[in-house]
Amino acid sequence: MSEATTVSASTGGAKKISKISDAVIRIAGNSQDGIQAIGGFLARLAGRSKQEVMTFMTIPSTISGGPSIFQVRMGSGEVLSAGDEADMLIAFYQHSYENHMISLKKGGIVLYDSDHVEPRLEWEKEYHHLGVPISGLTVEAIGGTAKDKGKNLYTLGLVAKMFDLDVPKLTNLIAERFAGKDTSVVNNALAAFHAGYSYSLGQVLETYQFVESQKQTGHQVVLNGNEALGYGLIAAGVRFGAGYPITPWSDIMELLRRELPKYGGTFVQCEDEIASISMALGASYAGRVAVTGSSGPGISLKTEALGWGVMAEMPLVVVDVQRGGPSTGLPTNVEQSDLNIAVFGGHGDCPRVVLAPANVEEAFYTAIEAVNIARQYSVPVIILTDQAIATRIEAFPEPDFEKICQDISPDLTPVADHKPYDLAAPNGIARHVAPGTRILSGKYPVATGLEHDEMGHPTGSPKLHMQMVAKRRKKLQALAATLRTPDIYGPPEGNVLLVGWGSTQGPIKEAVDCARAAGDSLSSVHIRYINPLPPDLEKVFAGFNHIFVVEMNDEGLYGYGQLAALLRARFYDPRIRGINKADGLTFKVREIVERARETVATSISKM
Amino acid sequence: MSSIITAAPMSDGNIAIAPLPDSERKPLTKKEIAADHPTWCPGCGDFSVLALYFKLIEKRKLWHEKITTIAGIGCSSRFPYFVQSHGVHYIHGRALPFASGVSLSRPDLHVFVFGGDGDAFSIGGNHFNHTARKNIKLTYVVMDNFVYGLTKKQTSPTSPIGFKSKTDIWGSMDQPINPMKQAIAAGATFVARTTHSNPNHVLQMMEAAMDHDGFGFIECLSECVEFYEGAFDASNPRKGGVFNTVPADHDVTDEIAAYKLADAPFPGYFGLFYKVNRPTKNANEARINAGAMEKVKGLKDWQLLQKTFSRLK
Repeated sequence: MSEATTVSASTGGAKKISKISDAVIRIAGNSQDGIQAIGGFLARLAGRSKQEVMTFMTIPSTISGGPSIFQVRMGSGEVLSAGDEADMLIAFYQHSYENHMISLKKGGIVLYDSDHVEPRLEWEKEYHHLGVPISGLTVEAIGGTAKDKGKNLYTLGLVAKMFDLDVPKLTNLIAERFAGKDTSVVNNALAAFHAGYSYSLGQVLETYQFVESQKQTGHQVVLNGNEALGYGLIAAGVRFGAGYPITPWSDIMELLRRELPKYGGTFVQCEDEIASISMALGASYAGRVAVTGSSGPGISLKTEALGWGVMAEMPLVVVDVQRGGPSTGLPTNVEQSDLNIAVFGGHGDCPRVVLAPANVEEAFYTAIEAVNIARQYSVPVIILTDQAIATRIEAFPEPDFEKICQDISPDLTPVADHKPYDLAAPNGIARHVAPGTRILSGKYPVATGLEHDEMGHPTGSPKLHMQMVAKRRKKLQALAATLRTPDIYGPPEGNVLLVGWGSTQGPIKEAVDCARAAGDSLSSVHIRYINPLPPDLEKVFAGFNHIFVVEMNDEGLYGYGQLAALLRARFYDPRIRGINKADGLTFKVREIVERARETVATSISKM
Repeated sequence: MSSIITAAPMSDGNIAIAPLPDSERKPLTKKEIAADHPTWCPGCGDFSVLALYFKLIEKRKLWHEKITTIAGIGCSSRFPYFVQSHGVHYIHGRALPFASGVSLSRPDLHVFVFGGDGDAFSIGGNHFNHTARKNIKLTYVVMDNFVYGLTKKQTSPTSPIGFKSKTDIWGSMDQPINPMKQAIAAGATFVARTTHSNPNHVLQMMEAAMDHDGFGFIECLSECVEFYEGAFDASNPRKGGVFNTVPADHDVTDEIAAYKLADAPFPGYFGLFYKVNRPTKNANEARINAGAMEKVKGLKDWQLLQKTFSRLK
C-alpha cells in the first residue's frame, strides 16, 4: 500500500486510519467460491470512483473446481500493473493460505477464514493475521442451506469496512448484478454483505481510506479485454463472425453470438477452426468485413485459409488470444509466443497486418482500427492479444459511441467495369466489389488463391507472379508509411531502452518508473504495430546503449525472443537483446528491473 | 492512443450511364454467361455439367450479379473461371463453409457450389456433414468421378474397392463413401443423384435443387476419361448400361426408404432420393435477429452499444 499522507488519528483515538493511494488485494480460494465476483465488484467500484484499477486472475484448466485466485489493484493514481506483491491476502482455505502467503508483502494483512485455515506460528510474526469464521458467519447471516454460497459477499463486506469503501455504491452494484433474479437472491446477497460489513474489526489496529482520485475523466467503464475487443468489433461495424470454442477466445465468440443479433448480425459456431475462418472469409467476400478468432492451436489450423485471404486480398479480422504453447500447452496461462505465427504463419510470401493491443482500452480501439485497416488495404489483420488482457478488468473513459460507431454495409452500386487485382491501383491495393454488384461490361471477377491476372483468372506467368507478389507487399509498405513512431516513455537518451509489445506495457512502464527512481538510466518504447513495424524505430534505438526486448516467450536458440528476432532482422542491430520468460505468468515489475540490471552487468561492450 | 484510421468509401467510382432496370433486361445468352474456355481434358464429364449450368442460368433468367459461383480445389473446382458471375476459387475442401458465409450474410444472392469427390467427401468431409445438418441455403453439385484427376490418378474416397491407382497399385481396399447415404445421415434436406451422360436429367435435378429452400445436394457422376475411363458405362444406355430412375412410388420424405434406395449396387438409381422441409439456418438466424431487434427497436446502433455500456459502469 502506498501511503499518501501520514497517519491521521480517528476521533476516538483507539484506531488508526491511514490514507492510502493504492492497494493490492489477492483473494485465494477455489474456482466455485465466487472470488471473481468480489474482484469484479471492487473493480467496478473503483471505476465508479474515478480510480484506476487492474485485475489479474488465474483459473484452473480443470472443468470444475480447483484453486483459483483473483488479484485486484485499485488506486487513486495511475495503475499500470496488477501489483507484484499483495497488501492483503484473503485466504479461504489452508491451501490458499499456504500457497499464496509468498505473494503477500512483509507486514501485510492476511484475512483468513478461521473455519478452514489453521495459521502457522512462524508466519504470525511476520504478517498481520486476522481470522474471521467467514463460513460460519455467512451461514448465520443468510441461512445454511446453500453450502458456501454468499461467503464471497460476506468477505466483500469485511473488505469494505477495512478500506472504508463506498457502501451505497457497492450495494447498488450488488443489486444491479442480481437484477432480474428472484428478490430473495438480492436480499441474501445484501444480507451477507452487511453482515460482513458489521463484523467487529476490534482486533484490527488499522483501517484504510483511499485518497481522493485526481482524475478529471468523465464516466469510466469497467470491463475485461475480451469484452472490450468484442464490443470494439461491434462498434467497428462488424456484423458477421464465425468461430470454434477454445480458451481464452471463447468469451469473445459468446459475446458476439449474444450481442450481434440485436444489430442484425450473426455469429456462427462452426464445426472446426478451418470452417470458422472460411465462413468469415465468405462473409467478408460478401461485402462486409467479418471476424474469426481463436487461441494458439486454432490459429495453427487457420493458417492455410489465412494465406488465401492474403492471396485473394480479402479483408478479414482474425483475433488470436494467445495462451501458453506449443500444442495444447498451457490453456489458461499467458504467453506471447504466437508472434511468429501471426507475422509469418503459412506458406509462401504472405504479408498480413498484425496489431497488438497493450491493455483493455486498446483492445477496444484496436478492434476498430483492425477493421478499418482490413477494409482500406484489402488484407487480413490479426489482433494479437493474450490471456492476461483477455481476463483482466480495467477501467477506462467511456467511448464516444456516436462518433466511433461505423456503418460498413456493402455498396452495391453498379460499376462500368471492374478489375479486382488492378496492377495500376495506387499502392497496389485491391478493391473488390461485393457479389450482387452489377458490372456493366459483363466481365465478372473471381476471388482466388491461385496466382492470377488482374481479373482474378489463373496465370503461370513469371512476370505476373512477381508483379502480384510485389503488389501484396507494397500495400503493407504503404500502410507502414502512415504509422506513427511510438513515443518513448522516459528520456529519449540513456543507457537502457526496454522494448515491449502487448500486455507487458503496464509492468514495463512501472519498471521504468521504479528503476529511474532508484537512479538507473532506463526508458521504454511499446510497439503496437507488429507487422508492418512503425517507421523510425532505428532513430529511437539510437539514443541508447542497450536495447532489451521484454517478452513473455522463450529466449530461443540464439538468446532472444520473437519480437527481438524480428527487430534484429529488420535493424541488424546487435544491441538488441532479450529479456524473456515463459512461466505462464505475467511479468512482475521487480523481475523486469532485476533482469535489466543483470543483463547490463553481464553484457560485454559492444562496437 | 494513436489515431484510428477512418472508414473510407469503398465504391469503385460512379458510372456515366444508368443501367437498364431488371424488368427491361434480356435474359443472358450462353455467350454472355461463358467466360474462360475450360481447361478440362476433351471428353471430360464436367463439360456437360458446365453446359447445363449455363442452360439453367438462361432458362431461369438469372442475372450475372445475382448468383455466386464458388468452388474448392480439383479439376471440377475450376468451374468459377468458366462462368461470368461473381466467383470464388477457394482452398481445398472448404468451399462449403466459405459459401455458407456468403449465403448467411446475403439473402439476395443464390449461391452455387461446385466441386469433386475429394473436396466433398475426403478433405472437406466434415464440412459436408455440418453444412447439411445446418441446412444452409445453397446448391451443391458434386462432380463425382471416383478418382483424383488433377493430381493424376490417386484413389478417391469414392473409388470402388479394387480400383487400381498410383496410390493403390494392388487395388483400392478402403470402403468407398456412399454420397447419398452420407448426405441423408448428415441431415441434408435435398439429396439427388444424376449423371453427366443424361443432360436433361442433370438440368432437371439442378432446377429442383435451386428451388429447394435449404441445402440442395446433387451427386453428379462425371467421367474422368483420362484416369478412370468407362467408370460409369453401366449407367449409360449408349454404352450398354441402364439408367434406372428413382421408382415413381418412392416417398422422398421417407428417410429409411431413401437410405435403402442408396444401398442399390452400381449403377443404382438416379433422381430425387430425399427431400424434406426443415427450417434453414438462414431462416432460423433471421428469426432470432427479428426477435432481438424488436426488443431494441428505435435505437441506433451506437445508442444500443451505449446502453450496453451503461451496465459496465
